[in-house]
Amino acid sequence: MAAETATNRLARLLTMVPWLVNRQGIALEEAADGLGVSVAQLEADLNLLFLCGYGQMPDELIEADWEEGRVFVGNADTISRPLRLGVDEAVTLIVGLRTLLDVPGLTDQGAIERALAKLESAAGTAAEPAARVSVDLAGRGVDDEVLSRARQGVQEDRRLHLTYHVPGRDESTERDVDPMRVIAADGHWYLEGWCHRAEGVRIFRLDRVEDLTVLDEDGTPPEGVAPRDIGESIFSPAEDDLLVTVRLLPGALWVSDYYPVESATDAEDGSRTITLRTADTAWIERLVLRMGGHAVVLSPQDLSERIVSRAMAALEPQTHDVD
Amino acid sequence: MSAATGPAAKTERLLNLVLVLLYTRRPLSKAQIRGLVPQYGETASTEAFDRMFERDKDELRALGVPLATEEIDAFHEDEPGYRIHQRDYALPDLEFEPDELAVLGLASRSWAHASMAGPAAQALRKLRAAGVERDEGALIGIEPRLRTKEPAFDAVKDAVLSRTPITFTYRRPESSEASVRRVQPWSLVQWNGRWYLTGFDLDRDDTRVFRLSRVDGGVRTAGRAGSFEVPADHEARIMVQRSAPRGEARPARLLVRPGAAHSLRRRATSSSEVDSGWTELAIEFRDVDGFAAEIAGHADNVQVVEPADLVERVQTQLRAVLAVHEAGA
Repeated sequence: MAAETATNRLARLLTMVPWLVNRQGIALEEAADGLGVSVAQLEADLNLLFLCGYGQMPDELIEADWEEGRVFVGNADTISRPLRLGVDEAVTLIVGLRTLLDVPGLTDQGAIERALAKLESAAGTAAEPAARVSVDLAGRGVDDEVLSRARQGVQEDRRLHLTYHVPGRDESTERDVDPMRVIAADGHWYLEGWCHRAEGVRIFRLDRVEDLTVLDEDGTPPEGVAPRDIGESIFSPAEDDLLVTVRLLPGALWVSDYYPVESATDAEDGSRTITLRTADTAWIERLVLRMGGHAVVLSPQDLSERIVSRAMAALEPQTHDVD
Repeated sequence: MSAATGPAAKTERLLNLVLVLLYTRRPLSKAQIRGLVPQYGETASTEAFDRMFERDKDELRALGVPLATEEIDAFHEDEPGYRIHQRDYALPDLEFEPDELAVLGLASRSWAHASMAGPAAQALRKLRAAGVERDEGALIGIEPRLRTKEPAFDAVKDAVLSRTPITFTYRRPESSEASVRRVQPWSLVQWNGRWYLTGFDLDRDDTRVFRLSRVDGGVRTAGRAGSFEVPADHEARIMVQRSAPRGEARPARLLVRPGAAHSLRRRATSSSEVDSGWTELAIEFRDVDGFAAEIAGHADNVQVVEPADLVERVQTQLRAVLAVHEAGA
């Protein structure tokens, strides 16, 4: 954990105490896991807690005991309830719920609306600024039917049949997929699942799905197969992928915000040089071609040459007639 | 493990202060507080204590702790007393159904990879402090992932939530010149995966939409929190959507190489085979620059037949690509 400020730690402790008070005797590891901290951090926190009290007489201090690997917290009545939600806290949950509410064809609206109503009443004035932050998940070119059928597959564990357009090769493919989850990220909807054709976990962008059918077959993914840890980015570059270096001129700097770059170096003239790893260079080729000279492939050389030759071919009129 | 120095000592002092002020049944004077919180007792002078106490009060309030200033009694008119009322401090008792907890979990996790991951997790932990943990993650079948990659996000978010005017340097894509803007930040909207700020531009005396990724460098506050009102009829999402390039829909005719440019084929209003296996597509477009860039991306797989201005824009795009690559080679 990056250096935590004294007040942030206090906020964490004020949440931790009620959580532990309601779980007396919880195993140390389990508590650390539930609280999102390391065991060492939790022990340091407990050590600090039992130095504190509404007075300094022994019976006025908080009791904290974890000797046997089980955590007990006592004499903490004054802070046995959590502090009210702060603005950031209320905003994240309220905006998150409202975002879910906007998803087309959702069947669980009732639960979201009930949770939202309770949350707003509990948060009081902290809920008010949430009206000024909103998220529109409506992805470009995603068919509501495709989205709702993909969700149906996930919820009912049914196999899906996809006609999928692979942008890198610009071709249409047919495949059966055992769905794991539907993800909305960066303005797109994705389906993640076990692809029988690739025999691996794959992520499909729903706006590239040309057709999707829910099959009458069990769609439970094979034993031991888990969704990928997507982390920072939906793309997951592998170590042995090709390293591409691109120079971005002002006006194209956004590229480094929207693609998983390995490194980015800013130059005096306002340009930025980025490196990215990818197994498939077709999307970089297309990206650079559409940047109108604001992005330059520096390496590898053959990618740069290919872009030049394709641009030249496109500028020669009517080449298709002499094919 | 010693908590005698550094941030740990400060956390200990603040926690003691919270406990003392929550426990008391009547407002406490500063002198009483100094006697009850050991870290204050150790301060060298009354002045040093005063300074420390003032700062601590501010920090607790910033954290959302409702530290109240009240009259101690009729005999201490000019000396304020301090306490924290349990009713203002504690989160009201909430009973959530399992399906409500599941959607709250989903709402919280959607921020897991954003700069607001901390508050989102903390909020959920508060709501679940007394609750049973049952999380049917797949209940709803979807996982939104909200991201806040724009470096300006946190500062702008704080300004929007607290209604604080800000100033920042903004770079528009069509001009390389950056300009300094002074803005009343009204709303943050994520649309097509990007964050936008809507607000009132104080120098241009009009409403504006800013893409956060184009904010260059730091964001500074330029006024007090709560110093402006957001118009009740402000519709942030509509304003952001309208800011996107829009023109009249125009028809275009394109030739597409066999097997290529599926994304264009799917948008075509009609298509027909021509000689040598190429397909002719009829497509409607609004934003000529955006469409030209998309077509340039397909390079030699697509030829524009008409309109002429689209042909020209595509060629300009591709010539620029050629120029920079040949210069670099």
